This record gives sequence, structure tokens and C-alpha cells, in this order.
Amino acid sequence: MASNLPPKPTLEHSTAASGGLAHEHHERPRGIWRWLLTTNHKEIGTLYLVFSLVMFFIGGIFALVVRAELFQPGLQLVQPEFFNQMTTMHGLIMVFGAVMPSFVGLANWMVPLQVGAPDMALPRLNNFSFWLLPVAFTLLLSTLLMPGGGPDFGWTFYAPLSTTYAPPSTTFFILSLHMAGISSILGAINIIATILNLRAPGMRLMDMPLFVWTWLITAFLLIAVMPILAGVITMMLMDINFGTSFFNAAGGGDPVLFQHLFWFFGHPEVYIMILPAFGIVSAIIPTFARKPLFGYASMVYATASIAILSFLVWAHHMFVVGLPLVAELFFMFTTMLIAIPTGVKVFNWIATLFRGSITFETAMLFALSFVVLFTIGGFSGLMLAIAPADFQYHDTYFVVAHFHYVLVPGAIFAVMAGVYYWLPKWTGHYPDERLGRWHFWMSVIGVNLTFFPMHFSGLAGMPRRIPDYALQFADFNMVSSVGAFMFGVSQLLFVWGVIKCVRGGEKAPAKAWEGAEDLEWSVPSPAPLHTFETPPEFTPITH
Amino acid sequence: MRKSLAWMMGAGSFLGLASSTLANGWNMPVGVTDVSREIYSLHMTIFWICVVIGIVVFGVMFYSLFRYRRSRGAKSANFHENTSVEVVWTAIPLLILVGMALPATATLKRMYDPSEAELDVMVTGQQWRWHYEYLGEDVSFTSSLSTPRSQVNGEEEKDENYLLDVDEPLVLPVGRKVRFLMTSDDVIHSWWVPDLAVKQDSIPGFVNENWVRIEEPGIYRGQCAELCGKDHAFMPIVVRAVEADEFDTWLAERQEAAAAEASGVDREWGMDELMERGEQVYGSICATCHQPDGSGAEPTFPALAGNEALLNDLDRHIDVVLNGVSGTPMAAYRGNLNPVELAAVITYERNAWGNESGDAVQPSEIQALLE
Repeated sequence: MASNLPPKPTLEHSTAASGGLAHEHHERPRGIWRWLLTTNHKEIGTLYLVFSLVMFFIGGIFALVVRAELFQPGLQLVQPEFFNQMTTMHGLIMVFGAVMPSFVGLANWMVPLQVGAPDMALPRLNNFSFWLLPVAFTLLLSTLLMPGGGPDFGWTFYAPLSTTYAPPSTTFFILSLHMAGISSILGAINIIATILNLRAPGMRLMDMPLFVWTWLITAFLLIAVMPILAGVITMMLMDINFGTSFFNAAGGGDPVLFQHLFWFFGHPEVYIMILPAFGIVSAIIPTFARKPLFGYASMVYATASIAILSFLVWAHHMFVVGLPLVAELFFMFTTMLIAIPTGVKVFNWIATLFRGSITFETAMLFALSFVVLFTIGGFSGLMLAIAPADFQYHDTYFVVAHFHYVLVPGAIFAVMAGVYYWLPKWTGHYPDERLGRWHFWMSVIGVNLTFFPMHFSGLAGMPRRIPDYALQFADFNMVSSVGAFMFGVSQLLFVWGVIKCVRGGEKAPAKAWEGAEDLEWSVPSPAPLHTFETPPEFTPITH
Repeated sequence: MRKSLAWMMGAGSFLGLASSTLANGWNMPVGVTDVSREIYSLHMTIFWICVVIGIVVFGVMFYSLFRYRRSRGAKSANFHENTSVEVVWTAIPLLILVGMALPATATLKRMYDPSEAELDVMVTGQQWRWHYEYLGEDVSFTSSLSTPRSQVNGEEEKDENYLLDVDEPLVLPVGRKVRFLMTSDDVIHSWWVPDLAVKQDSIPGFVNENWVRIEEPGIYRGQCAELCGKDHAFMPIVVRAVEADEFDTWLAERQEAAAAEASGVDREWGMDELMERGEQVYGSICATCHQPDGSGAEPTFPALAGNEALLNDLDRHIDVVLNGVSGTPMAAYRGNLNPVELAAVITYERNAWGNESGDAVQPSEIQALLE
């Protein structure tokens, strides 16, 4: 396959407008202080990305504990109490610690470069948003060592299991989620301020790269829903510690209210985890198809429609809690509608490939598998939208298969695609293609071995979040466990590839990919610490 | 490139296999009610719609990937818009969705009509078992997992219905419309039997409705579907559907047994028979939290063996068991157990595992407290 790759642009051709060199105005702090005190968007972006990678491995190890226990029926390795802590912490760490910060890291690095800004609009706030996260997640992980153990009520922490019946450490869990939430809100404010105020002269909103567009919309979603999460966990805090009864039926409270509030946050949250992925894929596919993105405007409108619809579908997570018929119908119809803008996106990507001139670098491989596997996750999502059928699918492994398809080969593959795509800009070196292809194929096989059989075990009747299961599910679970370990181990190749790329490799010019068009490719590779100190000349690309 | 094509074809045949081997535990069961069959057919319709869309979309995609490779000398075109194509691929999915929404709405309406039920069963979820009450028939009982722990821990061979067996199944008549009223005593559970296509959350403070009209006699197994704590995996549901006349006979027998039990309240019970009955009740109700040896699981579930606070205060002990402890997982058992069972289990807790209070609580004392 290596012979299929095009000749890379050479350094001589990379004399595009550079953003100026780093000026050392004063002595910069070194060592730990450099990272603790930095207000530079590139350094903070790197911190976010490293942090999310660490969390990805911690959450991954928890998942492997789960999969190891589920390798065979019976209890072999862990007891149910600890198993529940593992499923819960896996979900919390992956959602709030791995996926979300990885997108924020990419936004920190790339949004200023893509809009031609010298830095984020609020650099000190940026530093604070990041450093909240290690504190929050250290606290969250420390609950595993507390008496009674860590959170064991699932990442959706339904009351009253998470209040009256929760372990004593739940108060710490609430505090850590508050900190992660504040971090997200501040990060979102920063991204909006940057995009709206610091664009290069002449760059209109409809000239922005789609990664910037999707992040702008995501940031508004974050600001809208993170306060709701904060509200619901504060109500939990009051129920646990101050004798209120928001969710305690015995005191006149309402356990279902918890679910409405949680999913009013939770459904936009799942789009928060996928919209930036759409943006990344919309950058990569045109680059390696050497053809402009098909339907730029409809991509923007589709993203906005998905964001608006995300506020109107929350109760499709609650089809079996006993909602009235009218509510079931309303949420079924709105949920089905989401298929339309999502479909438009997939069609646009494919139309971009059509009559292109396509090569298959690692970034492109991940982006293409994103399109295929995310679409499979979309199909199962459409099936789940059919409310009567959801009475059979709900809370089974079918749902587990669905959301892992949209999150792992969806969100996470998109992040990896983005990393392979932008590594030359960050490090000045191309990533090792051979290693990248190994990583890709191992991941894509591992991910499908893990999650595809879950469709079958779920349809056959296996509930989710159980440490032990009936014998008819044994074969599917064994395959899933083997796949999970394969996927887990292959991520070491990713780390190796990134380290190798940081340390050296084939030198990359400013415009590292010949089909790449956006502003980030006009600054040298590696991007100097300070870029665009004077705003760049911006000529709109035909969209 | 060829690898990815082969992989897609592999996935495609996997999907094909999924639908052709439906009876072998790869697919949703067709079930034994009208509603379950309708749901199954909705499921298969939407599944095939997805397969067809998938073949078209991925077909075009992989054709493009193959045909327009740079290595085959493809030169890229420069188009990036086409309004009519965009309108078409927005409109067609909309039509498909409307076509799908219509039958789904009809089925949902049927599922939401529990009227004219001939039998009402109150289903109460408890950590970690189910309590069934045939409303107005004076018959109620608790149904717990009967798979022995030794099978879970691998000390013994797992039998065919591993984790799907209970001590007392829910018995239902074939051909009659049965309405379920679902609630919970503690956290949220979800009562699910795939063959009946009934899945309904049981929520503390709420009463949810659902219904079923079973068409074939048989044993139908299911599990709790909502995470409810440590033994979520260990509270199965077994429904034994029998012919209507057989059901009536069964119900009459249970009513007689219940009446006999009630008459036992007034007589004086000996220590040995209380202990024997108490051990039984403790094993099926209390042991999951407080452990078979009374050692508990701190900090949530206090030890009962050597618990001075309870042993020195009989009234407090009775109060805890009857009324629960608010703000903790300890539920009130006054509605779930009869006076004989309550007296027996309290006596057992006060005299087992080295506890030596010597108290023999009489069912008549409990009866007096309940009134």
C-alpha cells in the first residue's frame, strides 16, 4: 500500500505565509512551572491531549477488568460490588476524562491556527480550565480506595441508587464532577470568544473550517447543558447530606425527575462527544480525496439541526419508565428526525470521495472507518428510536453495542484520525505510516470483534451491567473479551507511534498534506510557540 | 484497499447470518403474544431497511474508494454542490421514516391499552428479588434466584438454566389479559421477559402499568434490566404460563394455604419451629445483604451477629424489621411478610450465629403491632 501514497510536498514548496517566529520577550519558566503556568494555547492543547490519553488508558484498564470477568459465565476475578465500580468508573472516565478533554485539546491547538488567531481569547482562563481536570479526576479515582468503594451506580447514576443507596464516597464523586463541569463551561466560553472575536480579517462565519464550526456549536451545547448537570448533582448532594427529598419517593420526591434532568443534560452531551468528530472528518476526507468538501453549507446546517434536535429527544432514553403515550410518540418522532441531518453528513462525505483522487494515509484510514462504523452505530440508533421495539432493546447489550459504535470507532477514531492528521504540524515530522497502518488495522478488527457480537447478545436477551450471565450468552461474550484485549493492546502502538513522531521522522513542510487547504498549513511545521502575531492574509476557499 | 472490501463483505455476511438464524439465540425472540410478534416484525422491518440503506451507501462509498484511487491515476473533479441531489437525499429518508413511524405508532397504542384486564398482578421489585401479589385474590409471594452460589463461584457445574431459575415462578393463565402494576420498595428495577415483550421499570413511589395475553403454555424466563445494586444480575424472572382451568386450581390451592398460614398467627409457637421457619425466611430475604452468617457488609449493611444495639432492645429490632430505616437501604417488611414470617425471622436473628437473647417472638405479638 505504501506505493499508493503520493509524493509528499517538499520543503522547498513550503514558503507559504508563515506566522512569524517565536519571540522570547523574557525568560520562560522551565520544568514543571512551564506547564503549570503556561497560557499558550499549543502547550495547553498538548496538556489536554496527554491528559486525555492517560485517562483513555485508565478507563481502558477498567474496561478490560470488566471484559476479563465476562470472559466466562460465573464469578472468577472480581465480586459484583467491584464489578459495578469498574463499569461506572469506565464510563465516567471515558466520557468526562478521555473523549471530552481530547476534543478540547484539539480545539486548543487547532482553533486559533484555523481562524488565524494568535492564541485563545482568554489564555489564563484556559490554564485554569485545564488544571481543574487533573484535580477532579485524581479525586474521582481516589474514591476507589475509600471505605465502601467508589461510584457503583453506572455512569448515568440514577437516583435513588446513587443517593439513598450509594456508597459514602458519592459526595466526592459529586465534587469531582462539579470541577470537570466548571472546566468544560470555561473551556466552552473560551472557544466561543476565540471564534467570534479573533478570526482573521475577512474570514466570515461561513468561511470557517468545519472543525471550527462544529466546535462553535458544541461549545454552545456545553454552556447550555453543563449547568443542568451541575444542578442535578447538587440536588443529589442535598438529598445525601442535608435531608432533602428531591429524588426520594419516601419523602415526596420523584426518582423519574432525576432521569429527565440527567438526560436533558445527557443527550446533548452525546452530541458534544460527536460533533467535533464530524468536524475532524470533514477536514481529513477532502484533504486526501483532493477535492473540496461537498455541501459545506448543508454540513453547517446539519450540525446546527442536530444540536437543536438534541434538546428535544432526551426521553428516548426513558421509553420504559412509564411515560404517557403522547410523550412516547413525541420523543420517538423527534428521535427519528435526527437520522435526516446525520444522513446528510454521511452522504456529503461520500459525495466528497466520489470523483476525487484518493490516497490512504493513516489519518484517512481512520476517517473512512469512522464513516462506515459510525453509520453502523447510526443504524442501531435508528432501530432504538422505534419506541415499541425499544421495549425489547432497552438496557440490553444491544444498547451497549450501539453507543460503543458511535463512541469508539466514532468519537475516538476521529480523535486518532485528527492526531495523525495534525501530528506533522505539531511535531514537524510525519508519523510512521507502517506503524500507523498496524495500529489502524489492529484497532478496527479489535473494535468490531468487541462490539459487533454485543448486538446479538443484546437481542438474545442479555441485560447490560451484569457481572455474570446465563449460559446462552457465553460465546458472544468470549469473542467480545478477546476483541477488547486486542483493541486495548493495539493502543500501545498508537502511543509508540506518537512518541516516535515527536522524537523524529521524515521532516514535514508547512503544508504537510498536498490536499490540505486551511490556515494552519500556512505556518511552519512544527508550529512555532507563537503564531499569527499579526493577522494573516485570508482568502476564502470556495465552499 | 482489497482488505477493507473483504472486511466489509465479512461484516455483510455476518449481518445476513444474524437474520437467518433467528431461532438460535442470535436475534430477538418472536415471543408468544400478539404484541411481541408485532414488535418483532417492526424490529425486522427496520433492520432490513437499515441493511438496504447500508448496502447502497457503503456500495457507493467503496466504489468511490476503489475507482477514484490516486494510484489508479484518478484526477480529482472540483464540484462541491448539487442542490437537487441534496434535496433528494433529504427527502427520501424522510419518507422512509414516515413509513416506519406509522406502524410503530399503531403498535405503541396497543401496548398502552391495559383496559379490560381479567387479572391484576402487583409486581414489586426489591433488592434483589421480585414480590408478586394477585390483587384481590389474597395470594402473594416472593420469587428469588434459586441457582446455588456454588455454581456462581464455579465449585459446581452450572446447570441449563443457570441464573434463570427461581424458587417460586409467577404463574399466569394462558388466553386471559393480565395487567401488571409495577412498583419498587427500594431502587429502580425493571421487569423484563423477552418472550412476552414486557419490559417496564419498577420505580419507588410510582405504579407503572403494562399487560400481557400469553398464547402458549410454557416457562418464560427473563431478568431485571435496570442496574439495582450488587446483585442486579441475580434477580431473574420466571413465568409459568398454564391453561386457564389449571391456573384457577392453582390459585385456589394457594388461597387455602394462605388461609392456613393466617390461622397459625393465634397459636403459641415453639422456639424450634420459629427458628426453623426463620432460617428459611432469612435465607431468602435477608441474607443477600446481611450475609448468611449475619456478618453484614459494612458500611452499608450492618452485621447482625453480635449486634448489641439490637440484642439489647427487642422493640427497636421489631421496629427496624417492620418499618425499615429511612435514609438507608433497609426496607419496611410489614407489607411483604406475614406475621408468622416476621416473628420467625426476628426470633432467628436474635438466636442464630452466637446471638443468645433467648427471645421467642410470637406471631400474635407482631399481629397486634400491625393492627
